[in-house]
Amino acid sequence: MSLFDWFADRRKGQFVGKVSQESDESDGLWGKCPECSQVVYRKDLLANASVCSNCGHHQRIDSKERIDLIVDPGSFKSFDRDLSPTDPLGFKDRRAYADRLRESQASTGLKDGVVTGTCCVEEMPLALAVMDFRFMGGSMGSVVGEKITRLVEHATTNQLPLLIVCASGGARMQEGMLSLMQMAKISGALERHREAELLYIPLLTHPTTGGVTASFAMLGDLILAEPKALIGFAGRRVIEQTLREKLPDNFQTAEYLQDHGFVDKIVPRTQLRSTLASLLRLHGSQPIKAAGG
Amino acid sequence: MARRYLLEFEKPLVELEQQIEQIRELARDSEVDVSQQLLQLETLATRRREEIFQALTPAQKIQVARHPQRPSTLDYIQMFCDEWVELHGDRCSSDDQALVGGIGRIGDRAVLLIGHQKGRDTKENVARNFGMATPGGYRKAMRLMDHADRFKLPILSFIDTPGAYAGLLAEEQGQGEAIAVNLREMFRLRVPVIATVIGEGGSGGALGIGVADRLLMFEHSVYTVASPEACASILWRDAAKAPEAAAALKITGPDLLSLGVVDEVLPEPAGGNNWAPLQAGDVLKEAIERHLDELLSLSTEQLREARYRKFRAMGRVLEPSTSESGLTA
Repeated sequence: MSLFDWFADRRKGQFVGKVSQESDESDGLWGKCPECSQVVYRKDLLANASVCSNCGHHQRIDSKERIDLIVDPGSFKSFDRDLSPTDPLGFKDRRAYADRLRESQASTGLKDGVVTGTCCVEEMPLALAVMDFRFMGGSMGSVVGEKITRLVEHATTNQLPLLIVCASGGARMQEGMLSLMQMAKISGALERHREAELLYIPLLTHPTTGGVTASFAMLGDLILAEPKALIGFAGRRVIEQTLREKLPDNFQTAEYLQDHGFVDKIVPRTQLRSTLASLLRLHGSQPIKAAGG
Repeated sequence: MARRYLLEFEKPLVELEQQIEQIRELARDSEVDVSQQLLQLETLATRRREEIFQALTPAQKIQVARHPQRPSTLDYIQMFCDEWVELHGDRCSSDDQALVGGIGRIGDRAVLLIGHQKGRDTKENVARNFGMATPGGYRKAMRLMDHADRFKLPILSFIDTPGAYAGLLAEEQGQGEAIAVNLREMFRLRVPVIATVIGEGGSGGALGIGVADRLLMFEHSVYTVASPEACASILWRDAAKAPEAAAALKITGPDLLSLGVVDEVLPEPAGGNNWAPLQAGDVLKEAIERHLDELLSLSTEQLREARYRKFRAMGRVLEPSTSESGLTA
């Protein structure tokens, strides 16, 4: 390393330190990429679909940002927005489930962890579900299962293609077996959608694991994934304990799944909308205006 | 005969059983009539056993469900079928020993029988991978179910697994995908499916052969969304809280009956099915034949619609009392 490099690094380091301090105080005007530590102006980050312009890291985004990225502006009509969870088991661990729910509802403004509805992508109609990881880790309980099932049924009845954006730690333990049964319920609805020869595409985002992977995430006619997203059935730690050996670095990444034949295509977020539109067109979707006449 | 394997909460019975055994031996060697004494002790032991087994906690039920001498899938098949042909392989690359299947006759009906298979001892358990099926196991099950669909054979599925196998190879071969496909395809089947949790039903690994028209469960079987150990270490941050987690998760037959997950809970003798395997076989066979009679009276369309409706109704949500947001409009 030359002296010049050393100075350059040192300056860069100081710069990073200073700005990240400032960003704490200026209410998130600046952000730091968790992957490469590059400091970015938050507006620029949002304009780039929350993908780091330096290293390409896909930051986690919430359901609203995801929907805005996909749909034609103003075309999203949400379903069952007020469908709410109950506490069927009266579950309490270190904290009561009811309290955890209230907290998640307050911080996200959602009743539960998925937003569903219809929309248009380049004027082609689409049924869309987006899981929100902020809500108890995107876990799937009765409400997530019911909302997705209703959406799939709506898509089947109305001959709509379907996109489900997955982000989930799996079945929600606090609703016990009712959560596990949502896997079957949704899969049953998807069977009817498939029988009607309609297109279903899941998009697997970071992370997609457990019961979601073992049901609708893996049932797509075509399966898309975001770069480097963690996708798997069992947790890495569980597997390491069973095997007592180290797992490959890229284990359970989108790239690893594609190499093993379980993902059709890895789509960078900035190309998501155009890729989707293209796939819809190639499967016979027509812009509503042209089709409706 | 091999010594009965006793669970920790059965220890109070040990002394009584030893006394009974001693008296029996004594009677064998002498002319003394001990029948009265024996009867008394045996009645007492039975009552104790009943008391213990009526008051089992969910964590204790897990121990009964995992009892090494609890009847397994192949045991039930032996008890049910005079004629039985085991079939092998997923037609991709493997034949999973943890998920067995074949065709047999129960009563006068040919049926497909599939189920998780555990071992009785360490050696057998290693061969059976402790009843944890690989993706190949689920694909083998689906292949056999497709076969049953083609040849109009009702499907009997026996659930007894701690969970689907979690390993490097299982992930590479698509454990999630294999289970997911089964969940979807089982809705398509045109033949009746009856699933019974004969031991432990561990999460997605159980559900992977558990989308059924009737879900039966033995009294001391358990069915869980996640193992209480895993649940405790995630939610309580302490694996030692597994008994609390087992209670909180509502995993027993009566709990699942009231949640609408299970259709019928089958009684077990005091001491559990390991105590009287033949009796367990009779109970299960009677239930299966009764449900099969019902299901076989339905048309294919009725059957599939009812299966869909059954799972469609699962879950508890709160509908907003205010105006609906136009779903079925």
